[in-house]
Amino acid sequence: MDQGRRDALRISTVLGLAVAAGLFSSDEVAAEEWNKNAFDAKDFNGATKGMGAVGIAVSKDVIINAPDIAENGAVVPMTVSTALPNVQQIAILIEKNPNTLSANFTIPAGTEPSISTRVKMRQTSNVFALVKANGKWLMASKEIKVTLGGCGG
Amino acid sequence: MADPMRVRALEKDGTTEVKILMKHDMETGLRKDDAGNLVPAHFIQQVSVKHNDTEVLSAQFGTSVSKDPFLAFKFKGGAKGDKVIVSWIDTSGDKRTDEAIIA
Repeated sequence: MDQGRRDALRISTVLGLAVAAGLFSSDEVAAEEWNKNAFDAKDFNGATKGMGAVGIAVSKDVIINAPDIAENGAVVPMTVSTALPNVQQIAILIEKNPNTLSANFTIPAGTEPSISTRVKMRQTSNVFALVKANGKWLMASKEIKVTLGGCGG
Repeated sequence: MADPMRVRALEKDGTTEVKILMKHDMETGLRKDDAGNLVPAHFIQQVSVKHNDTEVLSAQFGTSVSKDPFLAFKFKGGAKGDKVIVSWIDTSGDKRTDEAIIA
């Protein structure tokens, strides 16, 4: 095997371990690495697997506040909230988008478990809101009809 | 250089409401320009919101957050005059940090 390539491999391995061990402080914004596996997933199962969300239970305690019909799929406003205590994470997934996972929020203690944002929807689809509370994953879904798709091509 | 965000923070009865409007095209990598060429993906991946030195929200975005992303949420413990600092980083490594004083 070519020696230069071996050295490069060895060095990159050492650097990787050093970062993992926290020897180098990572970027201030990117305190946690962007979850590529979850965001690249093309379906619900892939996205939730990437997020490490297992044992997801449908719950009426998770509330999706969004329009029934979105005229413009490029800008669909929605609020995901819950009255549950100890919420650690809130995620928004859109079933029929090219990539299912839209956004994933980490909720520290003291922050209310209610997030408003705006998402793009390619077509009429189920939208899933996932909430991790007390270590358990809960979910609600809502179908939003889209008259004009927002991932234009 | 990325365009500035608009950040508003309003305290009422011990709870601070934060509203953020980022300025970003949020290209999915699937859109074609007028000439029919794919526009490369370019979107905000991570957002961090801090009150003083404490993180009050962190978010990861995929391609399907709307252009010029909007976020609104509330946290407890902010006081009028405190700073709320918002930072993001996108797929090209571009960064932007803006702050607001809680009113």
